[in-house]
Amino acid sequence: MPNQKHKAVSLISGGLDSLLATKVVMEQGIHVEGINFFTGFCVEGHTHAIRKRDQDKPKRNNALWVAEQLGIKLHIIDVIDEYKDVLINPKHGYGANLNPCLDCKTFMVSKALQWLEEHEFDFIITGEVIGQRPMSQRKDTMPVVARDSGAGDRLLRPLCAQNLPATLPEREGWVKREGLYGFSGRSRKPQMALAAEFGFEEYAQPAGGCCFLTDKNYSDKLVDMWQHHSSRDYELDDIMLLKVGRHIRPRDNFKMIIGREEGENKFMEGYRKEFISLFCSSHSGPLVLIDGDVSDEDLLLAASIAARFGQGRTAESVVMEINYPDGQSKPVAVAPIAPANIDEAWYV
Amino acid sequence: MSTYQLDARRLLCPMPVIKVQNRASELNTGDILEVVCTDPGAVNDVPAWCRINGHEVISAGQEGDEVKIILQIGETDE
Repeated sequence: MPNQKHKAVSLISGGLDSLLATKVVMEQGIHVEGINFFTGFCVEGHTHAIRKRDQDKPKRNNALWVAEQLGIKLHIIDVIDEYKDVLINPKHGYGANLNPCLDCKTFMVSKALQWLEEHEFDFIITGEVIGQRPMSQRKDTMPVVARDSGAGDRLLRPLCAQNLPATLPEREGWVKREGLYGFSGRSRKPQMALAAEFGFEEYAQPAGGCCFLTDKNYSDKLVDMWQHHSSRDYELDDIMLLKVGRHIRPRDNFKMIIGREEGENKFMEGYRKEFISLFCSSHSGPLVLIDGDVSDEDLLLAASIAARFGQGRTAESVVMEINYPDGQSKPVAVAPIAPANIDEAWYV
Repeated sequence: MSTYQLDARRLLCPMPVIKVQNRASELNTGDILEVVCTDPGAVNDVPAWCRINGHEVISAGQEGDEVKIILQIGETDE
């Protein structure tokens, strides 16, 4: 019999699948609380917060929003440090870009299992659907997640449970198998129909598109960072800065991060005590951060490149201020580099 | 009942929410937490987190480039 005293923790991404999976189990009288893991690579929030041009878009954390729609608690867990090993040494490799989806899902379920044991909950819910994702949600990889995470049959996937062997909560009668679903494949129609049935008219789309590591441009910048840093280890600031600005590497020993608009410039201001920065004092232009060890000659090259991205791009000469992290500043007059002299290969 | 401050400036969501969540777990029912953030999304996210976790938002708003949120810790079950 379904029993109110049984408790489940649900991985809430903020997308439709986890919303529905949670609702399906709540409908069976189970007490559910949500859990959401912040790896540092989550898309939502950050770019909206940084970029001025996105500021008319609604700013909300979809995981929180989903939890509020469901009327459940949500525990957001910082896993930035622990996630490094998942990203740097994925046992099952990467997807199309630097997305270690299978290891990532396994890691998150294992962290949910840890939380479950600490809080005396009974089973874990995910919104996975067989065939929905090319790496982590295949018939042959879904058992890997259950096995390698240690969750085993305490992992319930309500949206496709009828296509999988019965799990502990089903066998014990905590949830009725006939009240679960047998979705499969990439079509979103069954989920949209179920959302309509539950009366959910608004939800975030698309499922799974919430990680910067699935983005080629972002992954290229991360590879470049790893190639030019002494180790693949990273801090949150390192991976945040990959999300902002135009990245240009004119020399092996340094990279320029050039703000593309006011919001990015403002965000980058916060890093002026950690990086040498450039800005044009004779014309308006972007803030530029210099990542790397540079010579005076390198700074002149950087200044001429930076000048190309400001309002003085067609002037014969502009004044660039070189600001050092210790607060010292030095103006230099440079000619903006000719567009033909900017090597396409410099763009990261 | 005591009043505490939390500086979550320069953090982007969900980090301000995580900071609030972790600080709130150390406080007692009735305590006041005053939070300052610079991520404009915090003005929505921190109150949303409070609502679903049983804490009261006394005020939340933008002041210049900063978001200031004052909340009161609700009944805790942990």
